[in-house]
Amino acid sequence: MRITCPNCGTRDRREFYYLGDALALDRPAEDAGLGAWDDYLHSRDNPAGETRDLWCHEAGCGAWLIVERNTVTHAVHKATLAEKVKR
Amino acid sequence: MGYSGLRVIKEGFFGQKGWKPVWRDPAPKAAYDAIIIGGGGHGLSTAFYLAKEHGMTNIAVLEKGYIGGGNVGRNTTIVRANYFLPGNSEFYSHSLKLWEGMEQELNYNVMHSQRGLINLFHSDGQRDAFARRGNAMINQGDDAILLDRDGVRDILPYLDFDNVRFPIYGGLYHPRGGTARHDAVAWGYARGADQRGVDIIQNCEVTGIDIEDGVVKGVQTTRGVINAKKVGIVVAGRSGQVAAMAGMRLPIESHVLQAFVTEGLKPVIDHVVSFGIGHFYISQSDKGGLVFGGDIDFYSSYAARGNLPMKEHVMDAAMTLMPMIGKAKVLRSWGGIMDMTPDGSPIIDKTPTEGLFIDCGWCYGGFKAVPGSGFSFAHLMATGNHHEPAAKYRLDRFRTGVGLMDEEGTGSQHNLH
Repeated sequence: MRITCPNCGTRDRREFYYLGDALALDRPAEDAGLGAWDDYLHSRDNPAGETRDLWCHEAGCGAWLIVERNTVTHAVHKATLAEKVKR
Repeated sequence: MGYSGLRVIKEGFFGQKGWKPVWRDPAPKAAYDAIIIGGGGHGLSTAFYLAKEHGMTNIAVLEKGYIGGGNVGRNTTIVRANYFLPGNSEFYSHSLKLWEGMEQELNYNVMHSQRGLINLFHSDGQRDAFARRGNAMINQGDDAILLDRDGVRDILPYLDFDNVRFPIYGGLYHPRGGTARHDAVAWGYARGADQRGVDIIQNCEVTGIDIEDGVVKGVQTTRGVINAKKVGIVVAGRSGQVAAMAGMRLPIESHVLQAFVTEGLKPVIDHVVSFGIGHFYISQSDKGGLVFGGDIDFYSSYAARGNLPMKEHVMDAAMTLMPMIGKAKVLRSWGGIMDMTPDGSPIIDKTPTEGLFIDCGWCYGGFKAVPGSGFSFAHLMATGNHHEPAAKYRLDRFRTGVGLMDEEGTGSQHNLH
């Protein structure tokens, strides 16, 4: 599996650290309530197919990336800098 | 008809023509008292114990593929009860006791072999941790022996004891741990359930769950609608998709775990051995293949095959621990889909929908739990009450933070187990 980092180009999966579903970017408000925080921390769509998740290019530029890929075929479609998507 | 040594000899005289299929291939009925979604090890044992322990025989197991074709036939077959935390400890202890009576209970040879399991340690700190784990196992009523270096050398002389980075200090020996023939476990439970009247329906995929006013009514399948007052979801890696049919999102992410087997060799590894540094464990099957594995690939996946980095890691660990393995050739590798929870422990619980139950989150440790999970899930489905050894496997522990069971001590969030 290879991921194309917007900063560094196409690199081997070994250089990247996987965090999980990109919903980690949608942090609830502090007073959003137990249910919202439980959903944020634990509940997952866990899709069989297309997914968006967060990877850190830890052995490269160190940037956090949103990677669009397929969990069934392992095809990696696209990686974008999380900082550009978030703001 | 029962199996026995006499029967084997008798069939030998008649060209082995007397053996018949041991479960029926029934068409689904319009309604059952209970439906189990998923004909894996856990689903089949649930059906068996519903029938045997609770007299519920008007039930069906719905399997989208074939019996034994999922994780129950893809694992590395380790059976053990060496858990530390309350919640896990009593559950796996109960499950191991069921293993020890399984062949008599099922009248089926599952080749359960209590050859002993040794978890190696490589530092003083790790020795302390294993001593503590061993004490917890003994307190639970199970067996554990702390071996020093010479004690390990006596039974595992082929290891590299003097590896420069990871010298072997000793091991925690669990004599009742071992292996079993995995698909025989599925077949044995399928036969036992079928004999008690359970319909095992293969090639029947559930496509929807019917719920009215918060009460489950039945399921939609590729073979029509089937009604039931109680429905149990036992679908391992596919838990997310099936739970979504009931409007639920689970604290589960599906990951791929790889396993490896070499060509058949003469007997060389008599136990189950796990390395204390890299994630690596190994045993030898009765066919002679060395069966080994490591950690999950650590990204969500449904591919049932892994990538090269984890293969490299597992081979590195194997060569570090037992250099002789370099002479063996890997015959094949494969992957299974693991339903990973944030704390690495499973879920056996009711759902917010009345009559709908769920048994999931077995992570990479589901095989040894097959009898215990089925027994406890059947108890919950039949009586509505949690079975004592599995009473801490609550779905809401993540929301409340009460009763999290992080056996590895790494934390309770998704990418850590």
